[in-house]
Amino acid sequence: MYVVLTILTIAAATFLTRLLPFLLFPANKKTPEFVLYLGRVLPYAIMGMLIIYCFKDVNFLSWPFGLPELLASLFVILAHKWKHNLLLSIGGGTVLYMILVQAVF
Amino acid sequence: MRKKAFRAAFPLTLPVFMGYLFLGIAFGVLLASEGFHVGWAIFMSVTIYAGAMQFVAIPLLTAPFHPLSTAFITLTVNARHLFYGLSMLEKFKESGPLKPYMIFSLTDETYSLLCSVKPPEGVDHRWFFFFIALLNHSYWILGGVIGCLAGHLIPFDSTGIDFAMTALFLVIFVEQWENSKNHFPALLGLAVTILCRLLFGVDWFIPVAMGCLLFSLGLLKRKETH
Repeated sequence: MYVVLTILTIAAATFLTRLLPFLLFPANKKTPEFVLYLGRVLPYAIMGMLIIYCFKDVNFLSWPFGLPELLASLFVILAHKWKHNLLLSIGGGTVLYMILVQAVF
Repeated sequence: MRKKAFRAAFPLTLPVFMGYLFLGIAFGVLLASEGFHVGWAIFMSVTIYAGAMQFVAIPLLTAPFHPLSTAFITLTVNARHLFYGLSMLEKFKESGPLKPYMIFSLTDETYSLLCSVKPPEGVDHRWFFFFIALLNHSYWILGGVIGCLAGHLIPFDSTGIDFAMTALFLVIFVEQWENSKNHFPALLGLAVTILCRLLFGVDWFIPVAMGCLLFSLGLLKRKETH
């Protein structure tokens, strides 16, 4: 039962984050220029933030110094710049990372 | 009319199909490894429909129920969606009865796809956008189902499979980088967040970083206009 409540809480909070801009800036009113500016630049900054978020628990000061994460990330970036194929970049990168953490490091 | 919009939308969603299928499988496998059956995977993917958050949600499901902290974690992890909405205010203006679903289904991938595609001549853009969102949602559900079933049938060591989420963000970052001339916001996002992680620790750095990013980008805008 609590599991259902937890899921519904997460679903409601997720929907809220997507709905709020439309409530604050209704379609029949002019959206302030500053808000439109934020809408243009923030997605770039937020994606950078999310990448760092993914590395938040990696310890770079002791062995293996975040090497599996760095190597797999490098693969993802290079593969994606090369082929622009999501399956290769995401699938390949993830499989490489799994091999690195399970068998190499 | 709708058929035409569907046909125009489908091929454009294929890259997301690949990405979501894999990511959904990764999510399903992790969920199965915590002992949840496929019904839970469907329920979560239909109602929450947020890639990163569903990964974060798995440990929350097995912990005691804390509505406030659950809501707070969700808001911080998903706060970026606030900004997606801001960029879609204009695009969804005419969506009418489809609008609630368009807003609900505004994930990272649907957002980046909607930013980059243009409806072909003679295609109703409302239905075109709607089918992109609906197809992506169905891929995500399908991936979760496959992963959860596979996770129960073939038990294997899934350590590290959550890297799929990191890979997804890296891919979106690369695409955004290639599609923009001004790289300052992207670099600012990386630098500010690293700094906040070092200064404020693992529990607080995300909300602090968001505040700092809003503030510094705001300052930048003022400088531009003066």
